[in-house]
Amino acid sequence: MTAQVTRKQMRTVFAETVIESLATDPRVVMLTADISSWFFWEVKKDFPDRVHNFGIREQAMIDIAGGFALAGQRPVVHTYAPFLVERPFEQIKIGLGHQDVGAVLVSVGASYDDPSWGRTHQAPGDVALLDTLPGWTVHVPGHEDEVAPLLSKAIAGDNRVYVRLSERANSEAVPVSEKFTVLRRGKAGVVLAVGPVLDQVLAATATADVTVLYASTIRPFDHAGLREAVAAAAPNVVLVEPYLRGTSAFEVTEALGDVPHRLRSFGTWRDREARVYGTPEEHDRLFGVDAESLADSIARFVG
Amino acid sequence: MQMTEENLRGLFGRMTGDEKHGWAAASTLHAIWVLYERVLNVSPSNIDDPGRDRFYLSKGHGPMAYYAVLAAKGFIEPETLDTWRQWGSPLGMHPDRNLAPGVEISSGSLGHGLPLGVGTALGLRAQGRDARVVVLMGDGEFDEGSNHETMAIAGRLGLGSLTAVVIDNKTASLGWPGGIAGRFEQEGWAATTVDGRDHDALEKALTGETDGRPRAVIAEILPIEEGSTA
Repeated sequence: MTAQVTRKQMRTVFAETVIESLATDPRVVMLTADISSWFFWEVKKDFPDRVHNFGIREQAMIDIAGGFALAGQRPVVHTYAPFLVERPFEQIKIGLGHQDVGAVLVSVGASYDDPSWGRTHQAPGDVALLDTLPGWTVHVPGHEDEVAPLLSKAIAGDNRVYVRLSERANSEAVPVSEKFTVLRRGKAGVVLAVGPVLDQVLAATATADVTVLYASTIRPFDHAGLREAVAAAAPNVVLVEPYLRGTSAFEVTEALGDVPHRLRSFGTWRDREARVYGTPEEHDRLFGVDAESLADSIARFVG
Repeated sequence: MQMTEENLRGLFGRMTGDEKHGWAAASTLHAIWVLYERVLNVSPSNIDDPGRDRFYLSKGHGPMAYYAVLAAKGFIEPETLDTWRQWGSPLGMHPDRNLAPGVEISSGSLGHGLPLGVGTALGLRAQGRDARVVVLMGDGEFDEGSNHETMAIAGRLGLGSLTAVVIDNKTASLGWPGGIAGRFEQEGWAATTVDGRDHDALEKALTGETDGRPRAVIAEILPIEEGSTA
């Protein structure tokens, strides 16, 4: 397992990428609310006016990002997922969206990276929440090597981008693409794996006759890619997302509006809180997104 | 055209249809007029200049005074005022920066203008510009937690190019014991309280020298007595 020892956290790659962009792009400003602020202590000495830690003030931070964008800067805004998206949600809607300015929001913590912290530090609804607002690009990298290319492109642009980092990662990276990547082809159905659930999806479908698609960019949703895959297999679609179950179900329905199909969605619960601590793997089993549960569910669905 | 306050009253009346009561109720008008007439370096000719001063109307409800001043200053055609709130008009009950010429932020929900202003002031500072950013808010809006987060940030960062104008007509439900100015001062701002209808006092408070601290001008608007000429 020496490879794992040398692997970087997604969060580390994020910090390295932003630090590099601060030196090369004068538009870039980095805003934190204490979380991960230590990554930027050194670079703040070089760019005191472009690196800010505002303390634990997330509502102000998001609107301040909007203000930076109004002045022509490119804000990168970071904190733990629930405090980045859920707490200041109206600031995201008004301070960024309604002003029609952009920012790159980068979260950590995902849905249940460390469930021992409990519900307060879980944000399984973040992508679904952003789905209520127009114009957001959403990246869900599944491996640390996917972070830099996705983030660099996001920073170089002008639009509203959410990058959902996780402390969990697949064993291997998939080259990033705006389109869904076909990892396997089969006839009985199409399984879409989003970000860091790919390992268990590949394990679950190792002997199944299904097409496996992978997405590290889930908004915009690759309608054409899904249609293409469904055209070459039975129209049985399985969605495996590392956040609220069925978050992308409406996109699947849109993509396949004229194609009779069946859809089964996997992810975290919608109807109740998982009021338990423990490990991420234990929560995978609870939600039925561990390899064994998925293998069973998918086999029954496409079989 | 040299715009006088009489003309302004006419422009205001194009929206309200009532030049007397609406006018008197326009608690923001005096401060906005003084800012555009005497203080800020912003006009239709430099509205796209990144170095212009910014005025952010955070108190976006009841924007008639704002629209009237923008028309008086040539950002908006006076005829456009007749269309406000109608389908296809750029002027709504809340201003939208993507629709209304000269409008710098889209506002209406409370508590966004001050942090937007801080972000812009910090952005201008990072660009080496000395433009001013003035945010106008209300005393009820001052309740919003986002403003208090922002007040602390601006104070700690010594954001001298930022000014908050708080129209205080005592509408905050639970009030601010000791006044609003004291809250700002506690966070490292230079705060002045003036009569919000006194143009010279407003100008003095908005333009006087500061020592690099962000500036708060509390413009008190007290109810007008019966028979007042204001």
